[in-house]
Amino acid sequence: MSNKYSIFSLIKNALSGHENWQRAWRDPEPKKEYDAIIIGGGGHGLATAYYLAKKHKMNNIAVVEKGWIGGGNTGRNTTIIRSNYLWDASAGLYDHALKIWEGLSQELNYNVMFSQRGVMNLAHNLQDVRDLKRRTHANRLNGIDAVWLNTEEVKKFCPIINTSPNIRYPVLGGTLQRRAGTARHDAVAWGYARGADEMGVDIIQNCEVKGIKRNGDEVEGIETTKGFIKTKKIGVVAAGHSSVIANMAGIRLPLESKPLQALVSEPVKPIIDTVVMSNAVHAYVSQSDKGELVIGAGTDSYISYTQKGSHNIVEETLRAILELYPIFSRMKMLRQWGGIVDICPDASPIISKTQVKGLYFNCGWGTGGFKATPGSGDLFAHTIANDEPHKLNAAFNLNRFVSGDLVDEHGAAAVAH
Amino acid sequence: MFIINCPYCGERDQTEFSCGGEAHIERPKQPTELSDDQWAEYLFMRKNIKGIQFERWNHIHGCRKWFNVVRDTSNDKIHAVYKMGERPPVK
Repeated sequence: MSNKYSIFSLIKNALSGHENWQRAWRDPEPKKEYDAIIIGGGGHGLATAYYLAKKHKMNNIAVVEKGWIGGGNTGRNTTIIRSNYLWDASAGLYDHALKIWEGLSQELNYNVMFSQRGVMNLAHNLQDVRDLKRRTHANRLNGIDAVWLNTEEVKKFCPIINTSPNIRYPVLGGTLQRRAGTARHDAVAWGYARGADEMGVDIIQNCEVKGIKRNGDEVEGIETTKGFIKTKKIGVVAAGHSSVIANMAGIRLPLESKPLQALVSEPVKPIIDTVVMSNAVHAYVSQSDKGELVIGAGTDSYISYTQKGSHNIVEETLRAILELYPIFSRMKMLRQWGGIVDICPDASPIISKTQVKGLYFNCGWGTGGFKATPGSGDLFAHTIANDEPHKLNAAFNLNRFVSGDLVDEHGAAAVAH
Repeated sequence: MFIINCPYCGERDQTEFSCGGEAHIERPKQPTELSDDQWAEYLFMRKNIKGIQFERWNHIHGCRKWFNVVRDTSNDKIHAVYKMGERPPVK
């Protein structure tokens, strides 16, 4: 790598006032033709390009992004990473990603600040207890670390939780995945971009796709704001706007796009050193390295591309947060935002070929795609390069909506991802 | 979050309503004749439009009646409301 980051490069650049750092990736104009084009320069898209170049030696490829890289949902999520999903197919997919996360900073020579601080999921009623215990057993059968904690153990692991039996939804216990945690979302996009660029991938920003050109049953290229670009393979990783691209290509997907909100508080001293999620009351919280509480809210219940979300959703989440953590009652919230998430009927993603030759979709991650970024990119790259899915994403094909072989994680995994 | 003009009750807050998704998807007339592909199309495949969308809403915390709404999903602006069975307004 031409500008490998290390303690020495840090010292050298510190001595010259940090004015001589090389740029981390180029800013090329699109070529006339590529072997493959990835639509969407978020974490998943950039990871796909990175693994296409690295593992499948496809270097004449491009990533086109309508804004700037990592400026979409990659920068809007609450950065939670875990793999404790119920079904075998999901467990395989998300744990594949988690294993890559564990070595990602080294591989990319870029600190993605992956922090295995644990993710705890709380149970508030008897059915929650049964479901979460079942999930713990399923996880362990799949080789995923998971333990059940009773109320006292929950309190010991995260002392600021209100475990009084007298609250509206008392804490009856919870599950803990210790290998789970958080990472810095921007760094993930930047690290993959830098790695992909190094291998010759063109990352083209401010280039919006306006149309997909088809010749009968196969793709010919894309119309963009920077002109027509020819290609035989298109990988779409457009998150909430996947259906917009699908409509351009003349196909339909089983997706609905909805605003999902998150918010952060003013920064405070370290108070919560793990991630706590509660699906029953729909509140999850962690603390960033800057000291802000990072709080995830729910989705609006109707299709919308407005990127803001309704006030009542935030209100419900904060109500739940306050009951679980009375200590936060006087904290001020600094920022609130919404991103558009594409939700599948079974709350599982699609990493799949389509009926159009050369057109691939990686979408449907709904409210929880960030955690899967490295695995998603790896498996989607495999699917594009070989025109066949990897065994880990075979279950996540589009045809499952025809065969009925759904991977139903709606009730199973968690409402919030 | 917006105001919906229920054709039966008048203007109410969106939180009183429940969205039933894309409108005018007809239930297959002869379900026994349908292939799996056609079932998938009917059950799962959606246009999920960014822009003017025809959709069904139910006034779940009010009169509990279903009706149709024409809404721009890019800015949540409602262009028309009409009852079930009525002809949809032309764009």
